[in-house]
Amino acid sequence: MVSRSTHDHKPLIYEVRGGVGESPVRPDGTLKVKGEFAYASDLWLDDALFGVTLRSPHPRARITGIDISGALEIPGVYAVLTHADVPGTKHYGLDHSDQPVLAIDEVRYEGEPVAVLAATDPHTARRAVGRIVVSYEELEPLTDARQAVFDSSVPPIHPDGNVVRNQPIRHGDPDTATAEVVVTAEYEVGMQDQAFLGPESGLAVPAADGGVDLYIATQWLHVDRSQIAACLGLPEEKVRLTLAGVGGAFGAREDLSMQVHACLLALHTGRPVRMMYGREESFFGHVHRHPAWMRYEHGATRDGKLVYVKATIVLDGGAYASTTKAVVGNAASLGAGPYEVPHVSIDAYGARTNNPPCGAMRGFGAVQACFGYESQMDALAEKLGLDPVEFRARNAVSQGSYLPTGQVIDSPAPLAEMLRKAAATPMPAARSTMELGELPGGYGNTTHGEGVRRGVGFGVGIKNICFSEGFDDYSTATVRLELVAGEPVATVHTAAAEVGQGLVTLQGQIVRTELGVEAVTIRPADTSVGSAGSTSASRQSYMSGGAVKAACEAVRAQVATLVGRAEPDIQLTGGKVVSATTGVVADLADVLADGAVEETAVFRHRPTVPLDPFTGQGDSHVQLALCVHRAIVDVDVELGLVKVVELAAVQDVGRIMNRESLEGQIHGGTAQGLGLALMEEIQVTDGRIRNPSFTDYLIPTILDMPPMRLEILEYADPHAPYGLRGAGEPPTLSSTPAIVAAVRAATGLPLRRIPIRPEHITQQ
Amino acid sequence: MRVELIVNGTERFADDVWPGESLLFTLRERLGLPGTKNACEQGECGSCTVLLDGLPVCACLVAAPQAAGRDVVTVEGLAVEDQLDPVQEAFVETGAVQCGFCTPGLVVMVADLIRRTPTANDAEVREALAGNLCRCTGYEKILDAVRLAAARVAS
Ligand code: FES
Ligand code: FES
Repeated sequence: MVSRSTHDHKPLIYEVRGGVGESPVRPDGTLKVKGEFAYASDLWLDDALFGVTLRSPHPRARITGIDISGALEIPGVYAVLTHADVPGTKHYGLDHSDQPVLAIDEVRYEGEPVAVLAATDPHTARRAVGRIVVSYEELEPLTDARQAVFDSSVPPIHPDGNVVRNQPIRHGDPDTATAEVVVTAEYEVGMQDQAFLGPESGLAVPAADGGVDLYIATQWLHVDRSQIAACLGLPEEKVRLTLAGVGGAFGAREDLSMQVHACLLALHTGRPVRMMYGREESFFGHVHRHPAWMRYEHGATRDGKLVYVKATIVLDGGAYASTTKAVVGNAASLGAGPYEVPHVSIDAYGARTNNPPCGAMRGFGAVQACFGYESQMDALAEKLGLDPVEFRARNAVSQGSYLPTGQVIDSPAPLAEMLRKAAATPMPAARSTMELGELPGGYGNTTHGEGVRRGVGFGVGIKNICFSEGFDDYSTATVRLELVAGEPVATVHTAAAEVGQGLVTLQGQIVRTELGVEAVTIRPADTSVGSAGSTSASRQSYMSGGAVKAACEAVRAQVATLVGRAEPDIQLTGGKVVSATTGVVADLADVLADGAVEETAVFRHRPTVPLDPFTGQGDSHVQLALCVHRAIVDVDVELGLVKVVELAAVQDVGRIMNRESLEGQIHGGTAQGLGLALMEEIQVTDGRIRNPSFTDYLIPTILDMPPMRLEILEYADPHAPYGLRGAGEPPTLSSTPAIVAAVRAATGLPLRRIPIRPEHITQQ
Repeated sequence: MRVELIVNGTERFADDVWPGESLLFTLRERLGLPGTKNACEQGECGSCTVLLDGLPVCACLVAAPQAAGRDVVTVEGLAVEDQLDPVQEAFVETGAVQCGFCTPGLVVMVADLIRRTPTANDAEVREALAGNLCRCTGYEKILDAVRLAAARVAS
């Protein structure tokens, strides 16, 4: 146990008040505002060592020697480990184990871990790691994703080849389809970083049974555990994980970072080991959003109906596979957008290169494609002389429409209504003041309004919710109902990762609603309960919410049996057992007097199937979610500076479970989309990251974010718990193309690459 | 070296401080006050904001020996026992806290802002908080929290 951690007096057990549909305050909020919430980077033990990582300075090189003797000579250094010290499987990976725990003979990206070291304190550890001597023979890096995919003469940079996945989609008769109006263009998306604020950290504690306890900030405890256990050569039950406080995730914590390293060092030294990346290391320590190159050709009739979409999408997965396969699946299956298109031909590829590895980030493959198809929709509308909202509405999917994968949308998809609502949102007042803060360039005092033009743009996105393509996606929850000091109290236990989104609040809300008790306690997430699946794909409200609801229903059935009734007849409300037919049957407290009732439920969504590898056909998705944005921007066309004036979002969420958290998701997702449109890019040259800092990698500040208006619709999905629709990702898709469209409207420029830089506006 | 300073009203000292060590490191690693967060150690994110002799600073940019003999207020020093500062209360109530990693720096910054400029308008609030990054909220609910806290303090 973390017995002497700084926070051992604050067990992470939360009480939640408020039911489904309300917005109770988050149970961890008070700890967070007081600075008492224990993030992974805040954990320590008196005898803990500090672990650091030695990383490759080269994007591609052969390792010809590693000399650790200099580091070992430094007093206070307890261990220096290389791949030779990895006792189990030497590779790991979410989808495909192709990434070495520590580099073996070759490094394939700049920043790849080569050795790890533990010392008494951070200063000593950092000094010592500089004394490890690695000899490299540099090799020519492969840095062009299109070359990796299309040039078969390029030798593979990895035994598994340079193409991670190629997924075609063929729908209708794209080869012979012709159209009266055609637009064709190439688009590029830069490499975006999740830039969570709490860098990768954790504490590994060796256990008496030869195993290890790891306190970690992650998105999916159980998938971490299976990878860690394999690499350590331990059975899974000897690797126990507990979720430490998570400072944001956004996909960057899906892959392992320091997990195996810290456990290796702890097991090797017999001492607890803390690891904590700094910001620069964090840029090298996790996967990023795949950069994309896309070529789109859209054909439409003169009266504004889409005829065909043909697209080639190349996603750069960098050195290792990570989740590239699934990212390609999303880009392919959602690559035509939420529109009815009779003929579709899409080829999506995931490349392996010597660039930084890319994997999950909010929006996951759907973001890149969205920039492509929405840019095309605007270009077509302009060529047709149609209003971009009207043109989209004419082609919008609705319930009953087919996706290009042949999958029928079998729940509400009110896109045309959403578009009209977005367009009808009141416009903000024209800029009336000369208030510098409201002008592009702000207090930099770069303009007093001269050269500033306003533009309005729209964007639409469609995102799959939950894991697709036949993945056995489930979540587990245990709910216990018992008397504490004479009052019925419910306790929920899941392994679901709260990363900031508010899942702990929601779990309590569901239990209060289902079991009619006042007090609900949420136990810390750990691996002593079954897997909850990942906190990604906007899936936790649906999946762990579904599991908690199912466990509550099982508890209710137990209670019904105890009072001699059938479950469907029984409700639990206000501490009473109530029959629909005969009224109050018993006090819940009396029923529980003989002992607690506890049930564990495993919740699965409906099955999906993998896309056909040749035609891309198949019911691959569980649920689809839509968001529409309208963006208003002011652009200083002389300096290329953009000020976003307002963003309005219309999103259908099926059912509002907690309005406050939901709004927070839409606001935050919108902000990340703004970042991708206007400022966020990891700049990679010859395989090297040039801007691994918040000085040079810019994320939106409070000055960059405009006021946001939200309109939230509730068209229930009959297949989902409470009718809810996953909500965290869709706004990240649509805000980007809406902003770019607004900048195009203000400047008249084509702007086919994001993020837009000032020189894209001034030099064209 | 030994550094003596006043933290949240109490005299404290830390031994073995390196001359170049940041105040942030000393607070978190030597004085058992991890509430102040380290999200960049580059002076770019504001997560480490503390008050030094009453002025907000990035604790990662202050060398610990520079703080010797001076008065430091951290996020842990805002609440009085279980009574939250109005800014802390407003952050919890408005949904301005998601992952919360930016929160300690923001509540220190906002508490200072409201004391100094109780009637700050939105533009002034945005300007004042431009150095505090938040990746989760898009800042809308942070603005709500500032407005609520300011109104409560004024009344
Ligand atoms: S940690 Fe000090 S400004 Fe980011
Ligand atoms: S709440 Fe997560 S960074 Fe602000």
